[in-house]
Amino acid sequence: MSRTWGITQAVDLAEAQQRMTAMMSIPLPPVPNVKLLKPVQVRAQIVHVRAAGAYRELALHAPGVGVDARPGQFVTLGVGGESSALLLRRAFALSGVDGNVVSVVVAAHGPGTRWILERGAGDVMDLIGPLGRPFPEPPPGGAALLVAGGYGAAPFVGLAQRLNAAGHAVAAVLGAATADRLYAVHDLAPLTQVVSVTTEDGSAGRTGRVTDVLPELLPGASAVYACGPMPMLRAVAAQAAACGLPCHVSVEEAMACGIGVCMTCVLPVIGDDGTSAFVRSCVDGPVFDAAKVRFDDIGRLPGDLHGAGAMRANT
Amino acid sequence: MRARLGATTIPSPVLTASGCAAAGRELDPFLDLTALGAVVTKSVQLRARSGRPTPRMAETPSGMLNSIGLQGPGIDAFLAKDLPWLAARGARAMVSIAGGAVEEYAELASRLRGAAGLVAVEVNISCPNVESRGEVFACDPAAASAVLAAVRAADPGVPVYAKLSPDVTDIVSVARACVDSGADGISAINTLLGLVIDTDTLRPVLAAETGGLSGPAIRPVALRCVWQIHRALPNTPILGMGGITNGADALQFILAGASAVSVGTAVFGDPNAPERIGRELAGALAGKGFSRCSDAIGYAHRAPGRTGVHRVDA
Repeated sequence: MSRTWGITQAVDLAEAQQRMTAMMSIPLPPVPNVKLLKPVQVRAQIVHVRAAGAYRELALHAPGVGVDARPGQFVTLGVGGESSALLLRRAFALSGVDGNVVSVVVAAHGPGTRWILERGAGDVMDLIGPLGRPFPEPPPGGAALLVAGGYGAAPFVGLAQRLNAAGHAVAAVLGAATADRLYAVHDLAPLTQVVSVTTEDGSAGRTGRVTDVLPELLPGASAVYACGPMPMLRAVAAQAAACGLPCHVSVEEAMACGIGVCMTCVLPVIGDDGTSAFVRSCVDGPVFDAAKVRFDDIGRLPGDLHGAGAMRANT
Repeated sequence: MRARLGATTIPSPVLTASGCAAAGRELDPFLDLTALGAVVTKSVQLRARSGRPTPRMAETPSGMLNSIGLQGPGIDAFLAKDLPWLAARGARAMVSIAGGAVEEYAELASRLRGAAGLVAVEVNISCPNVESRGEVFACDPAAASAVLAAVRAADPGVPVYAKLSPDVTDIVSVARACVDSGADGISAINTLLGLVIDTDTLRPVLAAETGGLSGPAIRPVALRCVWQIHRALPNTPILGMGGITNGADALQFILAGASAVSVGTAVFGDPNAPERIGRELAGALAGKGFSRCSDAIGYAHRAPGRTGVHRVDA
């Protein structure tokens, strides 16, 4: 099964856990608390398009965007050109940064993403970034477990590189419905002790879902990073919580603006003072502490939410 | 390119639109807030409001449908944080207020009175009146009139604009009722009520079912409203809005009778849009021979026959 992706599937998970645990003793340099730079809006030229299974990865020359961008942050692209009937920008997690070139992974969802997929090298797009809050560093010496659904793995190559550079052991679980919807399996292999692949149809890796594999890998981890569809994040968060592990989830909520003005992409999150509120996933996320996200209340208006009382008095 | 909000002079006829710029701060990286006519802030209410559950938005052809539910911090936090930030930044704030009863609007206006940074109040009357079985103020000239009279009494000095809903049979009668009750100007238009159904789930897309339609899809409706209000009330300043995405769109609103314009949904696609549209509008006006924006207000209402380029020196 590993031949499809040219990687060695970890067959002895206990050994993998031992290796990860051994890595945890490596002393770490202090992590600088980098202040997030303000986003910039640039005309970005596509320099390269690469097929990646069912997706395409676009590399764009976007001066100033990648200077201090960190894994977990995202960019938005305007779609449709100047006379576009599609008014809203599309958001993409940064999958790579190389100087002034930033990369994103695009999946065909609808007319906007299909328009992007029709662009080629030399085409210019309106790009804003970096946006949102990145993944935090794990506890010192910790082994990180990265869990992705489909193109949710986009930020994980950069994250794994960063974690490696800081001396953390990394393992990854990549799941998708079908083999062509996996992402970064190749690229993550040299950066991780374990890459475990699952597909729902069995076309690559183990047949099933990422949550089927997690019980074997969670005991060797000290922090979990997850990016993918909301039901997956909810399930991964529950498994991490059951093991007492910190879990950082990158959510994908529908956005209209991506910069914090439209109030479209909110979800119920418990704040530092214990009060829950609808917070914007674009500026307060997209990365959240999973323990603070009220997954059960997404799409609902819980009565204890900040300002919920005013909704009842006057809706 | 100067313009006026009531008696107040502002440096540009292009403003943001309520609900599309938060309280300005998030747009600061993308444009010069101090160069805008004003930042029209998201409608503030007396109490903090959570807003509605998600989904809150659906993209539609040349537009979008939204039902946010006026999520906001309430007037206390607005006065403590948002407005002082805008004032310190050197920006002008046209503060949108919303309520469920006449007294709430009056209290909001009175709380805002004299606040640093405040240049005008926009009264969002597209809210359900809790004392009238939830009927929207803007759909009833008498209710709209009561709100504007109360706001006028609470702050006799500040320029007050009534923001009207297009979902009425006769928008002119509502505009006239507001002006007769003390409104200095009219903001036109708010969103149109719309609906999108998801053909997979077989349910409305928005959690609130219906929502407000905005964007270029509503521009001709908005322009017609501005046209009708200007024709009926030629001396009333109008802040025109509805799907403006470029300078030519803005010029249409000026020619229909608006003395200034708000740029709303376009900000979601291009956060620099208000600045860009201000530049494009200046170019479009100059291209037609208008040396001042005010010379073009309502120009499309002149009798037919005189065609071609307007020359102020002709």
